[in-house]
Amino acid sequence: MPEVSVLAGGQTGYGIDSAGVLISRLFSRLGYRIYLKHDYPSLIRGGHQFVIVRASKDQIAAHSDLVDIVLGFNQDAIDLHKTNLKENTLIIYDSARVQLDGLSQSTVINLNVREILDAAGASPAMDRFCLIGALCRALQIDFVFLEELILKFDAELAELKLRTARMGYDQARPVDTLQPLAQPVLPALNGCQAMGLGLLKAGMQAYIGYPMTPVSPLLELFAGLEPEFGLHVVLPESEIAVMLSALGYSYMGVKNAVGTSGGGFSLMVEGLGLAGQAELPVVVVMAQRSGPSTGMPTYTAQTDLHFVLHAGHGEFPRLVVAPGDADEAYYWAGVAMNKAWYYQMPAFILVDRTVCLNMYSFDSQSVPELEDEPPILWQGPGRYQRYQKTENGISPLAFPPLPGQAVKTNSYVHDEYGVVSENPAIAKGVVDKGLLKERHLAEELLSWPAVKVYGQGSEALLCWGSNKGVCIEVAGKLGLKVIQLLVLAPFPSQALAEALDGVERLISVECNATGQLAQLLEQNRFHVDEQILKYDGRPISLEDLETSLRRVMK
Amino acid sequence: MNGLRTTAPIAWCPGCGNFEILNSVMAVLEELQSEGFPLEKFILVSGIGNHGKIVDYLHVNSFNSIHGRTLPAAEAIKLANPDNKVICFVGDGDSYAEGFEHLIFAAKRNIDLTVVVHNNRTYGLATGQFTPTTQQSYRGSTMPYGAKERNFNPLELLLYSGATFVARGYPVKREHFRKLLKDAITHRGFSFIDVLQVCVTFNNLYEAYNESVEEVEVYDPSDFQEALRVISSWDYSTSGGSIAIGKFFETDRTSFEQLFPRLEPAGPERELKLQRLLDRFV
Repeated sequence: MPEVSVLAGGQTGYGIDSAGVLISRLFSRLGYRIYLKHDYPSLIRGGHQFVIVRASKDQIAAHSDLVDIVLGFNQDAIDLHKTNLKENTLIIYDSARVQLDGLSQSTVINLNVREILDAAGASPAMDRFCLIGALCRALQIDFVFLEELILKFDAELAELKLRTARMGYDQARPVDTLQPLAQPVLPALNGCQAMGLGLLKAGMQAYIGYPMTPVSPLLELFAGLEPEFGLHVVLPESEIAVMLSALGYSYMGVKNAVGTSGGGFSLMVEGLGLAGQAELPVVVVMAQRSGPSTGMPTYTAQTDLHFVLHAGHGEFPRLVVAPGDADEAYYWAGVAMNKAWYYQMPAFILVDRTVCLNMYSFDSQSVPELEDEPPILWQGPGRYQRYQKTENGISPLAFPPLPGQAVKTNSYVHDEYGVVSENPAIAKGVVDKGLLKERHLAEELLSWPAVKVYGQGSEALLCWGSNKGVCIEVAGKLGLKVIQLLVLAPFPSQALAEALDGVERLISVECNATGQLAQLLEQNRFHVDEQILKYDGRPISLEDLETSLRRVMK
Repeated sequence: MNGLRTTAPIAWCPGCGNFEILNSVMAVLEELQSEGFPLEKFILVSGIGNHGKIVDYLHVNSFNSIHGRTLPAAEAIKLANPDNKVICFVGDGDSYAEGFEHLIFAAKRNIDLTVVVHNNRTYGLATGQFTPTTQQSYRGSTMPYGAKERNFNPLELLLYSGATFVARGYPVKREHFRKLLKDAITHRGFSFIDVLQVCVTFNNLYEAYNESVEEVEVYDPSDFQEALRVISSWDYSTSGGSIAIGKFFETDRTSFEQLFPRLEPAGPERELKLQRLLDRFV
C-alpha cells in the first residue's frame, strides 16, 4: 500500500499516546513521512483518547478521517469511531474487551490480549506492544524494526515488552504489505520539540515557563536538557513573573524564550508592554487553544491572531511568525530569536495545539540554514547610552557589569541614557524610534520566505499555521493554488500582492469563527472572497476541507 | 553628574522620606566600593511609585520595572550572573498589594537579593489611598469613612515564607538604618528591610514614629521564635505604641542561584549536541 492511516483508541492515561508515537517511529524507520494527530480530553485517567497515525511517501501534515486500520484497545475505540471506518478497514482488537457486533467490516484480527499478557508475564500497561506486534504482522513489517525501537525507547523491562509484541505478531496474520521506502529515515517530532531545537540552534540559554497545555512539552524538553546544554530552566510563580523574568534575563544579555497559551499570555501582556517600552528582546511561543477562558484546554484553535497582534497598551513594534509544521516551527523559532535580539523587540511564534502536540517527520534540509546571529553590541568609546539614537533606530546593546558605565533600562518614557522624561520631543522620539525599527524589519522581511505559494491556478486557498498541510494536500487534488502567510507582523503586503498575482478567487481556511486572517487582509486592503471556518476545537481533516470546498466552489 | 548622582532633577516633595533612603544608598554603595566591590556590579531594580524614581538619580545599572513586578525581573538578573549584587527598591502598594506573590516566592527561594521596601503606608503617587499596611485610623481619599479591611504584617509573612534576613528600619535614625542596609546587602540570601519611609503629603507620620520607634537588638538573630515575637509586637494597625526597628532575623541557607549552572554563550559544540539530540527522535 502506498500510504496507510492507523487509528488507535482507548482510555486516556493508559498508553494510547505512547502507542501513537511508537507507530509513528515504526513507519518512519521504514522511510515513510508521518503525521500523528492526537486527540485527548483534559483529564489524567479515564475518558476516551485516540491517535491517528498517517504514513505517506511524501511530507504530510494533515489527517484523514477515514482510516485503513483500527487498533481497538477498548469498546469505545470501535463505537466512537464508526464514521472513521471504510468498507475494507482492518480492525485489530482485544477480543477480551471489544465486541464487533453489527459491523460490516470483514477484515479483522482478534487477539485475546489479556491471555497474551498473562502468558508473557507482562503487565496490563503493555497491551500496546501486543497490538502493535499484530500490526507489524498484518502489514508484513519485519519484526526487527519494532524490536529496535523497543530496545531504544522502551528499554525498561524490554524483554517482557518484546515477548508480548512477539506473541501479538505470531497470533496475527498478513493482510497487506507496507513496503520499506528507499529514502532517508527522518526523526519524528512534535512542534514543541521542533521549536525547541530552533531556539537552541539560535543560541537560547534560558527558558522560563509556567506549565500550560499545549506548550508544556517545550518546558519538559528544556528541563531535561538543562545539564547537557548548560541551560537555565525556570518555573516561576505565574506567567506575570515568567514575562518579567524573561526581561530580566534579556537585560543581562541572556537569550531566552517563554511559552504559553492564551490564558497565560493574558497575564504576560502586562510585561509585554515593558518589553516594548524598554526595548528588551523577548521570544514568546504563543500556542493557541480553544477559548475563551478555560475553553477546551486540550483542543485546538486559531483564535488569538488579533490578540497577539495588538496585545499590550501603547504602540510598539513586534514580529509575529506562524509556522505550520515541525520544519517551519524549527526555522521560524530560530528566526524569531535572532530578530528579537537584532531589533530589540518582542517576537512571537504563533502556533496552536495542532502544531504543538501533533507529530511530524522533521527535515531540517527543507528550510533555510539557521544561524545564531549576534545582536548589535556597543563597542564604545565614551559614555554608554542604552537608548542612543541611530539611523535605523537600533541602539547598540551592552550588559552589566561594564566598568565605568551604567546600563539603565526603564518602563517610563526615557531619554537616551535611560532616565525618565516627559519632554514632548523625547516622548515622540521614543515612539518614532520604534516605528523606524519596524520599517527596517519590514524591509528585511522582503528577503524572507514570509509568504509561501504552492501550486498554481486562478483559485487559491489562503491559510496560516497548522492548516498548511491540509490545504496543500486538498488543493493538490483539486488543482488549486495555496498561499500561506508565515509572517503576520509586520504585514508582508508586497509578498502577498505577488502571491496573489493571477488569483481571481481567494478562499481563506481558518480554525476560528470570525475569519481573523481574512480581517487582517481586509485591513491591509486585500480582499478574501470566501471563508471556510471551523471552530469546534478539532483540526480540519482532508475530508472536511474537500467537502467544504466543493460546497463553496459550486 | 556628581559622584553617584545623575543630573536627573529629583521629583520628590520637600521632606519626603525617600531622600534619606537615597542618601543612605549612596553612602553604603560608596562604602562597599571603597572596600573593593566594583560599582558596576551593583544592579538596582525598582517598581513604580515614588520609590521607583530612586534609580534615576543614581549612575548605577538599573532596571525600572513596572508596578509590583520588581522581584521577578531582579531574580532573573541575579540568576543571569550571580557575581552581581542586586538591590530592589519597592513600595508598599507596589509590592505588598500588587506584587506580594513575587515577594513571598523570592523569600521561599532565598535568592540572593536585597529588598528595600519604601513603606510610606499610602499610595503617594496615586494620591492617598489605603495600602495593606496603612493604619486603621487613616481617612484616605477613597475611604473617607475609614478602613473596611484589616492590615497584615508583611514581616511575619516574609519570615514564614523563608526570608533569611528580616529587618525594619527608620531612616531618620541614620546610622542605624545605614548599618541595616549594609548588612542586608552583604547578607547572602534573601534580605528584606521594611523601611518606615514617611510620605509628608499623604501620611505624615514623622511625629508618631519619632515617639514610638525603638531600636531592638535580638539576642540570637537565628532564633525564629524570638524574631517572630519581636515582629508580632506591632501589627501595623496603628502608627504609635512601640515600633521595633532593627535586624530581627538572620540565618544561612542555600540560595536559589547557587543551584543553577553558570551561563556560558552557546559555543560551536552546541551544533554537535543538537545533532545528537535529533538522533533521539529517530
